Amino acid sequence: MSGHSTYNPQNKFLQWFEKRLPLGGLIHSSFVVYPVPRNLNYLWTFGGILAFMLGVQIITGIVLAMHYTPHVDLAFKSVEGIMRDVNFGWLLRYLHANGASMFFLAVYIHMFRGIYYGSYKEPREVLWILGVIIYLLMMATGFMGYVLVWGQMSFWAATVITNLFSAIPGVGDAIVTWLWGGFAVGNPTLNRFYSLHYLLPFVIAGVVVLHIWALHVAGQNNPTGIEPKSDKDTVRFTPEATVKDAFFLAVFCIVYAWFVFYIPNFLGHADNYIPANPAVTPAEIVPEWYYLPFYAILRSIPDKLMGVIALFASIVVLAFIPWLDTSRVRSARYRPLFKQFFWLWVIACIGLGWLGSKQPEGIYVIMSRIFTVYYFAFFLIVMPLLGIFEKTKPLPNSISESVLGAKA
Amino acid sequence: MSVLKRTVFAFTLAGAVVALVLPATAEEQVPPPRLKWSFAGPLGRYDQGQLQRGFKVYKEVCAVCHSMSMLSFRNLAEPGGPGFSEAQAAAVASDAKIQDLDDKGAPTERPGRLADYFPSPFPNELAAAAVHGVAPPDMSTLAKARTYQRGFPWFVFDVFTQYQEQGPDYIAALLKGYEKAPQGFQLPPNGHYNRYFPGHNIAMPPPLQDGQVTYDDGAPQTLDQYSQDVSAFLMWAAEPHLVQRKRIGLQVMIFLIVLAGLLYFTKKKVWHNA
Repeated sequence: MSGHSTYNPQNKFLQWFEKRLPLGGLIHSSFVVYPVPRNLNYLWTFGGILAFMLGVQIITGIVLAMHYTPHVDLAFKSVEGIMRDVNFGWLLRYLHANGASMFFLAVYIHMFRGIYYGSYKEPREVLWILGVIIYLLMMATGFMGYVLVWGQMSFWAATVITNLFSAIPGVGDAIVTWLWGGFAVGNPTLNRFYSLHYLLPFVIAGVVVLHIWALHVAGQNNPTGIEPKSDKDTVRFTPEATVKDAFFLAVFCIVYAWFVFYIPNFLGHADNYIPANPAVTPAEIVPEWYYLPFYAILRSIPDKLMGVIALFASIVVLAFIPWLDTSRVRSARYRPLFKQFFWLWVIACIGLGWLGSKQPEGIYVIMSRIFTVYYFAFFLIVMPLLGIFEKTKPLPNSISESVLGAKA
Repeated sequence: MSVLKRTVFAFTLAGAVVALVLPATAEEQVPPPRLKWSFAGPLGRYDQGQLQRGFKVYKEVCAVCHSMSMLSFRNLAEPGGPGFSEAQAAAVASDAKIQDLDDKGAPTERPGRLADYFPSPFPNELAAAAVHGVAPPDMSTLAKARTYQRGFPWFVFDVFTQYQEQGPDYIAALLKGYEKAPQGFQLPPNGHYNRYFPGHNIAMPPPLQDGQVTYDDGAPQTLDQYSQDVSAFLMWAAEPHLVQRKRIGLQVMIFLIVLAGLLYFTKKKVWHNA
């Protein structure tokens, strides 16, 4: 998508086609000769892994949709029908349910990497914001997919999350009724969630195209955070980057398969094997693991409206970090202080995730509050101030120098 | 790879910090003892004899009050299950009475067929609740719908040890868990004290006693044996394709490990000249 095409097909038909639609040239320039920094570590393979997971989710999802019935009386049964009577239905469903978890695992690693190496900084701000939009869409899609099972946890998660909007002053209750399509979570809610759960992955795919486009305009960041200066600093996308991505994708798939085939219900909640029952509230209502940090932030604040604002702010703040971070050095490798604050922030995120699964009482609330304060302080205080006060380490002259030593 | 090392270190540290800071909270639920299950682990498969015994316990005891509406008689003869022959499953089905409509549309009762679902003991939940106080839960997915809190750090280890048998462990313990209520425990009328039930007050009276169900294969006719057999049967009922899943899983793992290995050496070769 960038640079001038060097694609010169020998085949007569391809030459004829290329004159009318230069598709081959686009693929060639974007995925074959596209230059990639030579020093990328394996954390950079997660972009490809995420594209793969989106494909897996869409394909398994389309087949599952052929067997699923979005009706309050039939949804749970149809899911069990998939598990029992559809040929390899259990495989499709476990691939899809665990696929969502793997998708989020990969996106979290992808995001942590982006923050650690300053991949959001100029000129990659738009690339980063598109990523935040994808992440938001993923959260909405994952949540609605979880509701479709129509087990106890599906139903009560839908009730709790939609009720968040009732905190909006004045119009909150009207908005919630509008979201539900009724006066409680019911059949209209399930139907619209199904419709949106089918739609949003294709919206994600569209934004992913923009994300990759923006990536190919700015070029990839790398562990040194300095831009490639010569051909020595880069390798070709194919075969070097492709084969590296393929290797780590296979490793990632081993983890994925471990969950699907051996512990398929580990990441789920047992209560979701009980059909939804509006008359019985479960002992604990917890979201899927990938929402737990945000759930902990929500519950750490005693006021409902402020809690909801904090919840949304914790995600929206990500879109502003290209400007909140004032440092001129990208990579944490050369930012000794930022590195420490970053790992503290990772601990806060994981801690919040663990606290999100606990009852909000006693020391758990206090810890949630400490971690929540640090979560925001990292973006709003640490990032702006470090750029001014931090003494960074000297940067290497080029990528090839950092890889091959000063002699090269 | 130093970044990876640092990541692992940070995760471990985070876990350790959290574990140290927090005292273990007193959970309401007593963790059940861990039992040995033939279907545990990567090579696990159901023990056909155990499933057949468990089915007998279910049919003679559980099915009096509990429905299992998502299973049909044909499932009993399907591979990976209790291993009944089709004729045996059909015989089990023909013992059941199925509500149906005759040619003129009038309600009628006929003997069951392989394609029929297990008939429920009550026409609906209200009718069940009217008799029992609370409707006994449907047993189709029960073994996956019951669990107990593993807590940190055990749930992390479970990923590697593949411990997924919390449901059967809990059910087996519950069936044996009836005790006299301790001094001062307020047990409501019609309640029963159970060591393993969350909150200890369970509506279900002790369902099994020694010698209650006759086994034809010489297995001991004890509460201990019954509770394990029926729990294994319930696990099969909730996860009928477990054997197929683990068998394919092994093939997939071998394939992926070989593929990853080949790709690793391909990558090394490609990057050698880069």
